Amino acid sequence: MKYLDEYRDAKIARGLAAEVRRRSTRPWVLMEICGGQTHTLMRYGIDELLGNAVELVHGPGCPVCVTPLETIDRALSLAARRDVTLVSYGDMLRVPGSNTDLFHVKAEGGDVRVVYSPTDAVQLARSQPDRNVVFFAVGFETTAPAHAMAVLQAERLGLKNFTILASHVLVPPAIRTLLSSPRNRVQGFIAPGHVCTVVGMREYEDLVREFRVPIVVGGFEPVDLLEAIRMLVVQLEEGRAEVENQYVRSVQYEGNKPAQQAVARVFETADRKWRGIGPIPVSGLRIRDEYAAFDAERVFQLGCVCADEPAECISAEVLLGHKKPTDCTAFGTRCTPEKPLGAPMVSSEGACAAYYQYRRHAVAR
Amino acid sequence: MPPTTNTGATRLPVEPVSDDTKDLAAFSCPLPLPARDRILLGHGSGGKLSAELLNDIFLPALGNPVLNRLEDQAIVSLNGTRLAMTTDSFVVKPLFFRGGDIGSLAVHGTINDLAMGGAEPLWLSAAFILEEGLPMETLRRVVISMHQAAANAGVPIVTGDTKVVEKGSADGLFINTTGIGRVRDGVSLSASQAQPGDAILVSGFLGDHGIAILAEREGLQFETRVQTDSAALHSLVARLLDATQEVRSLRDPTRGGLSSTLNEISAASNVGMELNETAIPVREEVRGACEMLGLDPMYVANEGKLVAVVAAPAAQAALQALREHPLGKDAAIIGHVTHDHPRMVVMRTSLGTTRIVDMLAGDQLPRIC
Repeated sequence: MKYLDEYRDAKIARGLAAEVRRRSTRPWVLMEICGGQTHTLMRYGIDELLGNAVELVHGPGCPVCVTPLETIDRALSLAARRDVTLVSYGDMLRVPGSNTDLFHVKAEGGDVRVVYSPTDAVQLARSQPDRNVVFFAVGFETTAPAHAMAVLQAERLGLKNFTILASHVLVPPAIRTLLSSPRNRVQGFIAPGHVCTVVGMREYEDLVREFRVPIVVGGFEPVDLLEAIRMLVVQLEEGRAEVENQYVRSVQYEGNKPAQQAVARVFETADRKWRGIGPIPVSGLRIRDEYAAFDAERVFQLGCVCADEPAECISAEVLLGHKKPTDCTAFGTRCTPEKPLGAPMVSSEGACAAYYQYRRHAVAR
Repeated sequence: MPPTTNTGATRLPVEPVSDDTKDLAAFSCPLPLPARDRILLGHGSGGKLSAELLNDIFLPALGNPVLNRLEDQAIVSLNGTRLAMTTDSFVVKPLFFRGGDIGSLAVHGTINDLAMGGAEPLWLSAAFILEEGLPMETLRRVVISMHQAAANAGVPIVTGDTKVVEKGSADGLFINTTGIGRVRDGVSLSASQAQPGDAILVSGFLGDHGIAILAEREGLQFETRVQTDSAALHSLVARLLDATQEVRSLRDPTRGGLSSTLNEISAASNVGMELNETAIPVREEVRGACEMLGLDPMYVANEGKLVAVVAAPAAQAALQALREHPLGKDAAIIGHVTHDHPRMVVMRTSLGTTRIVDMLAGDQLPRIC
């Protein structure tokens, strides 16, 4: 872990923050897309370091947050079946569906397991041939290769009892939606480094050309984010709008070709609904017909389910960067991580949870 | 379809639903989550859900002046002698892990709960719930380990009980231990005694136990040399209490880790706390494992560490006393108690900014002890 220390170095971080404050002639509005980045910004109090030089708004990059309510309800209905073992990343367990969550389904006898890797779910299916193992595959471009590999692995092993409930979303279409909104205030974006590690930077070039907005691919440590913020501020002050790469230790322009090929083999792009935001064209991945046997939605014939969000939850406004979590009347009172109204308060990557967990004291001041 | 910025709930067209989902069709009306009508794993986390259980179920029914103190041990008086009594059940999975097992853990855990009350542990009991089919060799290993731990600590196990349940009704082996000790004269420790200005100390590296357990868990294959820190802390406490009379509270940060313990003390004393992130001792390997697993060492369990709140003038003497003992050689002063933000633990980060260290809502990792 020593290699991380230089990206958490207080002196470097403070130097970068000072440079941002010095260079910035107006409070630029910047958005980090990824919830992991939001988490770092809040955990390290980077907003405190930047003062008024930059206003940070938080993007829709929390996969747990944007997974549609009806998809969660589908997972819940699967988990409640006696013949199904539902396997999920831990964060999904507490996300409220329409009227329960996976923790409660588990307490009522549902077989719900937590894994860190989808290949563990494949192993589980292999070791329990009499049970249907469904992996709840949520995420951005980042997790898609591992999910594709899990499907390919299950195919190779000839497993008949392994499926995935897939809910993948793609970052560039979301940025396009944000920028197309008449209410958009965001002047520069930090693109998520791990997503670009997989898909490369090409797609962001189109956005930069079309909307004349600077985009910097950034990492996840405090120094990464401060450097990305500095690069954005420099571009904005110089009137430039380009794609730049801060996260050079991981991201290459073309991305990771074998990962892209695995994804392309199993998935195809599709329209997708985002929780709190609504449908965004060609913003998700769906399992190709050739792999329908591994698609839980088709295997279990999960139909369309309609569901509404609690009226008080402003998660849509938060996910679009129009409002901050603390603008919500329910923040920290009727909506807390123990009793969340919306997904951004649940996930460790959710903006509301990050504010609640790390910044409540600053709000109270 | 044009890009949409529709911010309201979007209703997708209704299609016929299969049998599997017909129940869900009725869900179109948003209902709040039902009241917690069942026990969730999080109720055992030592965090907020556990506190709810205490306040909603246990205290209304069982509350009395001794129990209501909600310390790690009860302190009762018998003919002028103050006795400490505590009980703890152990359900750790797996039963054996790097540097320890459920048996030694069950001995250490109860001794530590007595020690945190300033008591010298005198006797232990041990009760076993065994699952039908448990290999005899497993039980033998656990019991020998208990014997060794108790002998090393100088605290005999003087009574016990055994129950066997059907296969599937328990996970191998659960142990309960109860302990009785004698509270040191002139010592009165409580989580409610922290005062602004007090120093906050920990006795060594945090998070070892939780990571050692995780390393053994199914499906989490990572290599680590981290061992559990499971240890009996009564001699360390004795050294500390010999050195200074100014110790206000002692706690062992087990489930829920340092953050839960500090939040409990800050709530019980109605004070705030300010920690210094760079002063908190965490091993490189533990930091690395936490990084990989998305955990925060502040929340990871310890089984051989204590947190001490000590009046500021005595802080250095307390630190030195801890460091002179093998179990406290990596002790550190990690922060102080403050008037500001009562009932809130705030950390000065490595960047010099501040953030909250909150109590966990749910559970990072169940069945860690």
